[in-house]
Amino acid sequence: MTTTVTNTPSAEARTDRRLSQLDALEAEAILVIREMAGELERPALLFSGGKDSVVMLHLATKAFWPAPIPFPVLHVDTGHNFPEVLAYRDETVERLGLRLVVASVQDYIDDGRLRERADGTRNPLQTMPLLDAINDNRFDGVFGGGRRDEEKARAKERIVSLRDEFGQWDPKNQRPELWNLFNPRHRPGEHVRVFPISNWTEVDIWRYIEREDIPLAPLYYAHEREVFRRDGMWLAVGPYSQPRDDEPVERRLVRYRTVGDMSCTGAVESPARTNADIVLEVAASTLTERGATRADDRISEAAMEDRKKEGYF
Amino acid sequence: MVAATTPVLDPAAVAGAGRGTLLRLATAGSVDDGKSTLVGRLLHDTKSVLSDQLAAVERVSRDRGLTAADLALLTDGLRAEREQGITIDVAYRYFATANRSFVLADCPGHVQYTRNTVTGSSTADVVVLLVDARKGVLEQTRRHLAVTALLRVPHVVVAVNKIDLVDFSQEVYDRVESEVQAVARELGVVDAIAIPVSALDGDNVAERSTRTPWYAGPSLLELLEALPPSDDPANESFRLPVQLVIRPQGAARDPQFRDYRGYAGQVASGVVRVGDEVVALPSGRRTTVTGIDLGEASLEEAFAPQSVTLRLADEIDISRGDVIAAATDAPEPTQDIKAVVCWLGDAPLRPGQRLLLKHGSRTVQTAVRTLDGALDLDDLHAVPAESLSLNDIGLVTLRLASPVPVENYSTSRRGGSFLLIDAHDGRTVAAGMVGATLPTAADAPSQPEGDEEWEI
Ligand SMILES: Nc1nc2c(ncn2[C@@H]2O[C@H](COP(=O)(O)OP(=O)(O)O)[C@@H](O)[C@H]2O)c(=O)[nH]1
Ligand SMILES: [Mg+2]
Repeated sequence: MTTTVTNTPSAEARTDRRLSQLDALEAEAILVIREMAGELERPALLFSGGKDSVVMLHLATKAFWPAPIPFPVLHVDTGHNFPEVLAYRDETVERLGLRLVVASVQDYIDDGRLRERADGTRNPLQTMPLLDAINDNRFDGVFGGGRRDEEKARAKERIVSLRDEFGQWDPKNQRPELWNLFNPRHRPGEHVRVFPISNWTEVDIWRYIEREDIPLAPLYYAHEREVFRRDGMWLAVGPYSQPRDDEPVERRLVRYRTVGDMSCTGAVESPARTNADIVLEVAASTLTERGATRADDRISEAAMEDRKKEGYF
Repeated sequence: MVAATTPVLDPAAVAGAGRGTLLRLATAGSVDDGKSTLVGRLLHDTKSVLSDQLAAVERVSRDRGLTAADLALLTDGLRAEREQGITIDVAYRYFATANRSFVLADCPGHVQYTRNTVTGSSTADVVVLLVDARKGVLEQTRRHLAVTALLRVPHVVVAVNKIDLVDFSQEVYDRVESEVQAVARELGVVDAIAIPVSALDGDNVAERSTRTPWYAGPSLLELLEALPPSDDPANESFRLPVQLVIRPQGAARDPQFRDYRGYAGQVASGVVRVGDEVVALPSGRRTTVTGIDLGEASLEEAFAPQSVTLRLADEIDISRGDVIAAATDAPEPTQDIKAVVCWLGDAPLRPGQRLLLKHGSRTVQTAVRTLDGALDLDDLHAVPAESLSLNDIGLVTLRLASPVPVENYSTSRRGGSFLLIDAHDGRTVAAGMVGATLPTAADAPSQPEGDEEWEI
């Protein structure tokens, strides 16, 4: 028999009624987003403008269509953002009519609640503003774009994951998560982190961006940029990352696999200008996205686990 | 020993991934039987380990004085796991071949972490049960097999591991295999497939080994790639638990949708088409499907497990927690259920206890009427019990505060599964399966009897 599915974006939907992997991942993510919208009083969605949070937001628009997304988005602004990403964030929020809550690391540094680290990276400094924003806005659940394939501590995370009243994750005592039944109930003061795209890999993300034609910040695509080499990565020359004397500046064709704190997020040399190019490039890569681009995760074997235990994304 | 080569991924396979179907695999078996090593080996030998990950694992292995990379470190990623050389919680890893994508859930073996193993197996299409060829069936092997049987995981593979440590002996393999199969049959698992493997060396993992010439079957990977996919949803009845009612009204971003009203949820089973007659439960009101939406796309039909929004002909009262079902054979909502539960709470379950029950998108209050037995793991039948402790499996009778359209777990995993939740702290304390039973002493026979023990 022929398929009766019409007008569907998923060209690969099977006539034998089996969902392709991407369709199965999409269905699971929408299930999770809707269920948490139904269960939680005041959720928010972490939105940085990076590709994973963009995909999550796209899934949320599908989950509630034609109604608007019924919760605000939250950005923890390190003050070290790529300007292109901030511009993209603001355009997207405007286009979708969302309410944006910003928690600013810079404010915390300015008034002394946080101190700049010796190595200059601000990724670990995001935890306190994030937890304060959750408290101040009384968010009881926060959607995050974390993926299990990113990192070995993330590989251990539940889709709906409890945080105690201090925002801490206890990896040795996680709540059971059974079938497709998600339980975000918690005591007052606790909250949950929800990861609808837990089971997506980097290639899945790019194939989905390609399939759904989702607009992204331009720095994900090949462009020429002034860069210098540090710790085996290409860092952009910018207000937060200046070359030392022994680090010559070059102009190279690069793109970003992740976008984060400019001072420690590296670019990769790449000619990939389209989503299709990127799918192939990522598929052929022999390095993980964090291994290729994040200086801060190389510091210690358990850097991510330690940050997560304290309440990091 | 593990060759420390830099892996070369097959980009075509990885880029093509997403078109094939998804298979979810979970490991099971006692502590140290080699579960994490097997998952690491599978990832390594399918070239799914990226060079920085492998380098990190080699570095840690070297620091510990090992001569080869300990592939278990690919999944044992927590600090406490690495310090103790054990698995505490499920690790999820991913790999793809040309025609299938895999989600690997590497589960812990210790009895105290059984709830994590239940977590990993509850969504699995296949459980790979590891048994150490030198030790045979242990208590945790039985417990995990019991859980696998209860959860009705569609496929079970028995990996008789560490075959290198018994000189690749066919005799040992045959003995261990028949021991495992006997236990499996008693628990109702009749079609487990066994493979002799060495997770450490890779024999019969991705490729067939020359060191087990007496074994003519497929390697584990070949077997996984060939497993039949899940049943066609067309063979099941349509059910959709309503998660949300979508009514944008004035908030509609496009004014044409001001009057839109749709019922959003995931198709839990079956197929629904525009024009189908459906019934809303528990109210029992009937209506017709006039539209099926997935985001902006309109579909003629939807099937499990798609997440969609249904539009209906009549404005009947349907809210979150209700179930929309095929009008022809809708389940009867009930307030009294018998079920088998895996107890996952730290404090014991006792008759009389009040809890919350979550089924689909509905949560209701419930009271434990009676505890009708607990599974004795030594002789695998139900014995009388006054309470259930952490990781016990028991049979309970529940009374619900309002009717819920549950189904028998043996006919529908989605319609027959529920959670029990502690209302005070929100913790999930049990996984429940409606209509499942435990083998009783009278029918815990030595000869196999198919999977009847688990039916109503
Ligand atoms: N000789 C041999 N040792 C193995 C094999 N599989 C696992 N091991 C070892 O058995 C121990 C426990 O393995 P691990 O994968 O952590 O077991 P788990 O607790 O089931 O995850 C480790 O020292 C492994 O190196 C095998 O096939 N042969
Ligand atoms: Mg293990």
